[in-house]
Amino acid sequence: MERNPMRRQLAIMRQSLFDQGHVDEQFVQLEELQDDANPNFVEEVVTLYYRDSARIILNIEQALERKPFDFRKLDAYMHQFKGSSSSIGAKKVKAESTLFREYCKSGNGEGCMRSFQQLKKEYATLRKKLGAYFQLARQAGPVETASRPK
Amino acid sequence: MRVERVISDENDSFPVGMRVLAVDDDPTCLLLLETLLTKCKYNVTTTSQAITALKMLRENKNKFDLVISDVHMPDMDGFKLLELVGLEMDLPVIMLSANGDTKLVMKGITHGACDYLLKPVRIEELQNIWQHVIRRKKFDRKDRDGSGSQDKPYIDSSEAAGLGNVDQNGKFNKKRKDQNEDEDEERDENGHDNEDLSTQKKPRVVWSVELHRKFVAAVNQLGIEKAVPKKILELMNVENLTRENVASHLQKFRLYLKRISCVANQQANMAAALGSVDSTHLRMGTMNGFGNFHTLAGPDQIHNAAFRSFQHSGVLRRLNTPAGVGISGLPSSGLVQLSPVQNLGNTSTYQRKLQSFVIPGNHNANILQGMPMSLEFDQLQNNRAASHVGQFPSVDNTTVLPVSSISGSLIDAGCSNSPLLGVTSNSLLLEGSSQLPTLHASNLRDSVSGFPNRSTLSDFTSIAPASNQLHGSKADIQDQAFPISCNAGKIISSAPQDWNAPKKDAPYQSNVPSCSINSLRAVNGDMAQLGQCLDQNNPIFNRNVGFDFVDPLSIKCSEGENLATEPSVIEKEGYLMVQPSRQGIYIPDNEGENFAMEPSVIEKEGYLIVQPRRQGSYIPGNLGSLEDLASAMTKQDHDKGKPTDGDFGYNDYSLRTCI
Repeated sequence: MERNPMRRQLAIMRQSLFDQGHVDEQFVQLEELQDDANPNFVEEVVTLYYRDSARIILNIEQALERKPFDFRKLDAYMHQFKGSSSSIGAKKVKAESTLFREYCKSGNGEGCMRSFQQLKKEYATLRKKLGAYFQLARQAGPVETASRPK
Repeated sequence: MRVERVISDENDSFPVGMRVLAVDDDPTCLLLLETLLTKCKYNVTTTSQAITALKMLRENKNKFDLVISDVHMPDMDGFKLLELVGLEMDLPVIMLSANGDTKLVMKGITHGACDYLLKPVRIEELQNIWQHVIRRKKFDRKDRDGSGSQDKPYIDSSEAAGLGNVDQNGKFNKKRKDQNEDEDEERDENGHDNEDLSTQKKPRVVWSVELHRKFVAAVNQLGIEKAVPKKILELMNVENLTRENVASHLQKFRLYLKRISCVANQQANMAAALGSVDSTHLRMGTMNGFGNFHTLAGPDQIHNAAFRSFQHSGVLRRLNTPAGVGISGLPSSGLVQLSPVQNLGNTSTYQRKLQSFVIPGNHNANILQGMPMSLEFDQLQNNRAASHVGQFPSVDNTTVLPVSSISGSLIDAGCSNSPLLGVTSNSLLLEGSSQLPTLHASNLRDSVSGFPNRSTLSDFTSIAPASNQLHGSKADIQDQAFPISCNAGKIISSAPQDWNAPKKDAPYQSNVPSCSINSLRAVNGDMAQLGQCLDQNNPIFNRNVGFDFVDPLSIKCSEGENLATEPSVIEKEGYLMVQPSRQGIYIPDNEGENFAMEPSVIEKEGYLIVQPRRQGSYIPGNLGSLEDLASAMTKQDHDKGKPTDGDFGYNDYSLRTCI
């Protein structure tokens, strides 16, 4: 099908998000909720997620600076983080948070720290990719065909 | 793209427009949830705080059909919210969590969640949640209409109001079977909206004396067995009255009749019971007549149901606690006041009920009206003695509340006072029942003596049937009142003990008072004090003895004649005990007659709220005994202790004999 090159690129980008495991089925659900009445829904939700999750990450970081670790609290934070990550379909981030929680439950401080670092990396990657994706999506314009550049 | 349907036509297209309240502290999830729900065509309201959610739910119980809540929230545990919503509003609640641990899910179920969803939530799952609402509604209806209404469940009342209402009613039903009916009625009939209980958007039906009379007439015409709401409704031919209103009223009425019959048998018990009865019962005992009710209420739970329904909040319970508390503290004064709904908070409806209850005196129907007829009370004044009797049961509900408080006070007063109280109320109640044809004096008496609170009620029951016939002769009432009084007397005696005992039936207590009036009469014999009062008149009783609980005119014995000798119904601490002699029993009707002694029977709205009079705080007579009592009671709060008057005997409760 002939497509606007931008849209084509967008499609490719999107596909790679899935293929690389950054997002999962839930992301598709978000997309499905997007419609004319709610044209930027996905981006809205994701933006909200960034804000909220950034706050939680900060909390976790601060908690990890206090020794000894308060595992219960760490677990609670991570539970929250996991909840919102799964809501937008952030697959890798979610997996990492599960790992972190397990370390918390077993009281493995080292494991927690390592896991957290990994989580932050994944989180950063996700933000970058999604950011690029949305940007392109905005440029590609609404679903109605964008006029072909002359 | 999906067409956004108009939400308003919920009726035909439920679940479209179903009103959901979503609670989640995570903004991402909340936004997602909101969008998903909107996509399912529900009407969504969101909040990130459980406390806000509760506030929203409380301010209008009928505003939502379903609640979805996260489990982990910073300001309140999701399970706690779940519990509260279930208790107060009886709405279906769905839990949401990222954690799908079996233990947690189990916890959700045990706390009453209708479902437990895992995050991330999928739209397919949300598309089906409306079934919980329907299920609950249906279930509720079934329970609610258990009294034999044969109308098909009106599932259509899926309109928001109906839905909410039904749900709530139903929920209560499930939670408290007894209350179900009451709850329902409360909602339906409470005209009083200021409390949280005002769940319905629909205007409440207030069962006025007239209305109740029509109702009773219709029931009689059809025969109690055959009386079904639909037919009753047709016979009554009142506009703006729905089958549901009639159904719930019928339920109450039936309960009332049951109670009355029990009361009649237990009059004797009442006396004894008075002492032992839980505070609630006690109250009843004191209430004389009413006491019977209490008794009934207590054990039978019939009342309880009635009462309970009213009070979720356990206002009734408060009443119970008085054991020992004596009315002085007016512990339940909140209750006592019946009028003041505040105490009850939830019970507001309850109170209303009480109030209506109090009015027995006015007319036969009054008694019957005990059911939410707050109006009754005033009307009761009319001397409808008999009717009240019937009403008692209903009254119980309301009265119960106050009763508790009274019981508390009564207890303090020492059982001695209680007798009066119990009696008074009973008599009061009885008063209305001039018709109490069936008052079996003997029954009552017997009952009274043996009345373990409950029994007294039975006495009433016997009286109750008569209520229909109540219209009429005063003489009858007297008799009836008498029997009741007997009870009352008995009750009183027993009451003291009862008081302490009954904890649970706080509601009863209120009932008792009403009965007491009647009992007062009877009590005369038994209880000197009471007897005095009673003798004179049952009329005095009409005024509800100050028992805390608004003793609705229970006994309007000879109108106006208030028991001259009337033992001042002692309103023990808030209980409106029939004050002896005030002029005979306290005046029925508000006219200022009020028992001088009236224990602070607060005659709220016609019913005698026996407030724990604090020491004889006097209740202004203007209310008519009840009110006086009530006021007295309030005043007494401070007094605690003995009624200035004469202590217990007379606490100024203005027993309003609802005559």
